[in-house]
Amino acid sequence: MKERTRTRLMWAYRVFFPKKAKRTRSLWVEIKMNRQNYLMLAPYFILFTLFTVIPVAVSLVLGFTYFNMLETPSFVGLSNYVSIFLNDEIFKIAVKNTFIFALITGPISYILCFILAWFINDLPKPLRTFMTLVFYAPSLSGNLYLIWQFIFSDDQYGLVNSFLMTFMDLGITKEPVKWFTDEKYIMIALIIVQLWLSLGAGFLALEAGFKTVDTSIYEAGAIDGIRNRFQELVYITLPAMKRQMLFAAVMQISSSFAVGNISVQLCGFPSTNYGGHTIMTHIHDYGTIRYDMGYACALSTLLLMMMLIMNKLITTVLVEKD
Amino acid sequence: MQIGVYMKNPKKTRRSRAKKINRSRRGNMLVFLMLLLLGGFMLLPVVYTIVQAFKPMEELFLFPPRFTVVNPTVKNFKLIGQLINNLWVPFSRYLFNSVFVSVAGTAGNVIIASMAAYPLAKNNFPGKKLLFKIVMVALLFSGGVLGLAQYIIMAKLHMINTYWALILPSVATPMGLFLMKQFMEGISDSLLEAARIDGMKEFGIYWNIVMPNVKPAWLTMIIFAFQGMWAMTGGNFIYKEELKLLPTALAQIQSGGIARAGVSAAANLLMFLPPVAIFLITQSSIMETMAHAGIKE
Repeated sequence: MKERTRTRLMWAYRVFFPKKAKRTRSLWVEIKMNRQNYLMLAPYFILFTLFTVIPVAVSLVLGFTYFNMLETPSFVGLSNYVSIFLNDEIFKIAVKNTFIFALITGPISYILCFILAWFINDLPKPLRTFMTLVFYAPSLSGNLYLIWQFIFSDDQYGLVNSFLMTFMDLGITKEPVKWFTDEKYIMIALIIVQLWLSLGAGFLALEAGFKTVDTSIYEAGAIDGIRNRFQELVYITLPAMKRQMLFAAVMQISSSFAVGNISVQLCGFPSTNYGGHTIMTHIHDYGTIRYDMGYACALSTLLLMMMLIMNKLITTVLVEKD
Repeated sequence: MQIGVYMKNPKKTRRSRAKKINRSRRGNMLVFLMLLLLGGFMLLPVVYTIVQAFKPMEELFLFPPRFTVVNPTVKNFKLIGQLINNLWVPFSRYLFNSVFVSVAGTAGNVIIASMAAYPLAKNNFPGKKLLFKIVMVALLFSGGVLGLAQYIIMAKLHMINTYWALILPSVATPMGLFLMKQFMEGISDSLLEAARIDGMKEFGIYWNIVMPNVKPAWLTMIIFAFQGMWAMTGGNFIYKEELKLLPTALAQIQSGGIARAGVSAAANLLMFLPPVAIFLITQSSIMETMAHAGIKE
């Protein structure tokens, strides 16, 4: 039965697309030959489609609708995007803060990953394991970052405030600084926390990258007149680990675009005068508080596009350098 | 795999020590200083959590606050034991949920992603490049950007308030597939060809030949998957209290406000231990795997 439907379909195809027919048949045969491969791919790609591909499509489509989870979505054209760009003052703050995170914590954390991986590479084995753990610990720590609430506490009981107030009597601060509630300081405090959290998979990839460089090249380089560790880094190590560097760059930048949760957890929601507001918290606002899913999906689509464009830029810049 | 051999070979280690031709003492001091400084910064919150966890009540509210603890006590840990008896749902339920979800999700992630990675790495078939390209694009969508749309889909599939909502989204991670595929490319084709001549089916090759050979890669996946799932709150997907996860239970303990500072530090510390243990066990495998984590231009 199935076989018959298939032959009919192929026959119809051959009638309508005579030129492609020959290729199609061989493609079909090839697909059949690789049945086992497709079966192995199936579980992953079914789930991947369900939880990654379809969500992207859903964000894209619902961005053009009004949808409140209860009624069926109604098509409203570009009106979500129009109000995002023209009427939403808070969106501007969110974009500004998101870009501050992306352009400050992204590159700094990348450089930090790189420098630390480079330094650690010189250490003897047991110390290297220990230092890797020290730097990677924040990524492992789950909710441990909430301790920053006590470090950057608003009152004089906070570690940073008490340090500033007791050791710097010279009038730097007489009042405790409201790190997470004064809009002047929110971003500084959040950037520090985000940097602390940011040594993730990219850092591990770079550290591993340093280890893959063949040590005999260093010896050869020394004979060829490489004098110090910087020359060694620039002329030998960097060209040998380009791929890990690209991976780390992509990981660091895209994760810094998605900052949001730490802002909600540490500064509350909404933060004072939206001082710590990012696109992610803006999505959280419209999606899970106001249930304006269409608007939130339009925001998600914009953020996805920003991530894609930014990554395209990074890859072209990093690849073109060589 | 070469790296593992390299580290275990004492001869080569000695040579690498002798190679420090381009290392001046002043430079070493500088590196050491920088590591100390940055390490201190990274370690500060962790150490502070440990200190807070062992502080008795009166020291938590000292002014000016002290970074050190004078009379360490385990009272905070004991207090967790008392407080968990007052939770809405028995604590063991939260613990079971977290352990079950993390273990099932991690296992599913490792098996399903590596099963898909094998054909992508080693076999040729129509659509292979396209599929991998899509996954690579998805690698960029970090964080919860898709969370909202995932919520809508789960609501349509009636998955809200089930374990599925917690487990399934974490199973098909782009990162897992990517790492596995990169690592599997290092397996020699002749090994697979020999198995094929012996009449092995593709799945048999994957399970009996490829998987034992990529142990470092799946150990690495275990830590990446586990660290994420262990910290998960279940937030938007779960509203039934008896399906919520450990972090939610701990949030209840901590909701006592500032007076619970010590207890909450102790609880966070306990939560921190399992991922650290797994990281330490799998550490050398991680280094081996991540060496393959490169993006071709």
